[in-house]
Amino acid sequence: MTTDEGHEGAGDAGMSALTRTEVEEIAVLARLHLEPAELERMEHELTSILTYFTALAEVDTAGVPAMTHAVPMDLRLRADVALPSLPQDTALASAPRRDGALIVVPSSITPGRTEPGA
Amino acid sequence: MTSEYWSVADTARRIAAGETTALAVTEATLARIAIVDGTLGAYLALDGDGARAQAAEIDRLRASNAALPPLAGVPIALKDVLVTRGLATTAGSKILEGWIPPYDAHVVERLRAAGAVVIGKVNCDEFAMGSSTENSAYKPTRNPWNLTRVPGGSSGGSSAAVAAGLCAASLGTDTGGSIRQPAAFCGVVGLKPTYGRVSRWGVVAFASSLDQVGPLTRNVGDAALVLQAIAGFDPRDSTSLDAPVPAFADALTGDVAGLRIGLPQEFFEAMDEDVRVAVSSAVAALVERGAVTVDLSLPHTKLALPAYYLVAPAEASSNLARFDGVRYGQRAAATDLADMYARTRGAGFGPEVKRRIMLGTYALRAGHYDAFYKKAQQIRTLIKRDFDKAFRYCDVILTPTTPTVAFPFGAKANPVDMYLADVFTLSCNLAGLPGLSVPCGLSGDGLPIGAQLLGKPLDEATLLRAGGVIEGAVGLGERRPTGLATLVPSPRPARITKPGHAAPGGDL
Repeated sequence: MTTDEGHEGAGDAGMSALTRTEVEEIAVLARLHLEPAELERMEHELTSILTYFTALAEVDTAGVPAMTHAVPMDLRLRADVALPSLPQDTALASAPRRDGALIVVPSSITPGRTEPGA
Repeated sequence: MTSEYWSVADTARRIAAGETTALAVTEATLARIAIVDGTLGAYLALDGDGARAQAAEIDRLRASNAALPPLAGVPIALKDVLVTRGLATTAGSKILEGWIPPYDAHVVERLRAAGAVVIGKVNCDEFAMGSSTENSAYKPTRNPWNLTRVPGGSSGGSSAAVAAGLCAASLGTDTGGSIRQPAAFCGVVGLKPTYGRVSRWGVVAFASSLDQVGPLTRNVGDAALVLQAIAGFDPRDSTSLDAPVPAFADALTGDVAGLRIGLPQEFFEAMDEDVRVAVSSAVAALVERGAVTVDLSLPHTKLALPAYYLVAPAEASSNLARFDGVRYGQRAAATDLADMYARTRGAGFGPEVKRRIMLGTYALRAGHYDAFYKKAQQIRTLIKRDFDKAFRYCDVILTPTTPTVAFPFGAKANPVDMYLADVFTLSCNLAGLPGLSVPCGLSGDGLPIGAQLLGKPLDEATLLRAGGVIEGAVGLGERRPTGLATLVPSPRPARITKPGHAAPGGDL
């Protein structure tokens, strides 16, 4: 088992089984509500998939640059000029709930609730 | 009139010559869909009125003796990850149920400008994640060659519709093989262009560094024609390549004398015997016409699968963050905003999409990035270097498209087993190369087999040239899917002939 040197042993992460707590933490980070049965299934399936990544950790990639683009390309700049876009009403037409030019969502603040990452 | 198996080229030619009208072709296509698609399940949405209006416009143009655009009147189906103005787009997901996009994807604009008639949207795995179309939230699509088998995926609606004569051509998207694998399973041609050759503007994003749009057609010449219509620079896609677009149809010369065909040993280690025999016949056909084979090694091939299943889910977990119930799509009831995001996504996404979002979130998590995403991107560099080296010794690489023929529904219950269905197609995407799947025979039980050609960046022309030769020698000719025989008696005699070289304009 090798680790990507200097990165706090993160290379070990794929080798061990995921715990239920880790799965629950990831679901919170992913903003994904999962039912208990889904969490249970995910724990096993993700562990099984992650074992496939073991092969990557064993490859010596020292000095190999990470790919940024498969095909050589320069990211372009364009002039900072406003261009025509969708009319506001058209752009908002698909919103599940709106009030005129505003999209309405539930409150973002719930007393007593701790946000993920807070 | 039996226009269902007319090629793209022949349909356009007949309409331009006045032998038929665009409206008649459109009506015939819609009529066949009405008979067949209840069983096949290729289409998610039909745009009958829009298609008739487009067709009528083509017929008016012709009546006024105006020059017709190249695909005038050709019925086309679009994978449901391509957004279409005024026409429901779901990406095969419940989370987008009922969404009517306010604009057309770049490729849809280009097809409409080329005169193609958009018949409707076709089924796919949810957000293009899958290899069988079983992950569609809406319905299964069946393989026209055998209704108990999957059509492949994720562009399974696209491949089934083309194979069954429910359109002349379709567009799919290919992130890890999602055009080529279903094309192989359904006995049609599938072309994944070079990354950046076709604009991704208006494509529901899955993995942005891998996704490409491309055609599925019934012959190689048609793939050239459709690619011609959709390829080229688009400033709205920051990864669109500003490179010259050659006349692809001109590539179909039939001349492969001296062409160096690379055969990478890693792609010939494990496959069904029928696949091995058929792919060998494709190689032999090229050699018979003067091509030479070069034995190669692409030593990092075995790493493509794990690298892909880190890169693609990582990018997906980021791309799919936009589906949160705020601006479009479905929204779940909740008491606060964070709960609304989580419940909307929990209710709206299916099991495979959730799995990949979780996997991607895990891989990108603080402390994991270097070990997973960065590591996978370094492996991509190694895979790309393998190809760069290989192309110093060959002009095109030939492999099987898939290790097996189309499998039965439910056969791949384990996610990793399903991922292995793409084992031969993934490295092409990781390296950004163009890839073509062309039919090269049938298995003993009558299911299609595809040969995959991989080319140098922007060298789709050589793939088309070699593919045309394979098609002419060992393609399926006029053999049509057998699974639909009981639904629609064939209006044509069941001749089994091999077409000559598929010149542009040739009809299979």
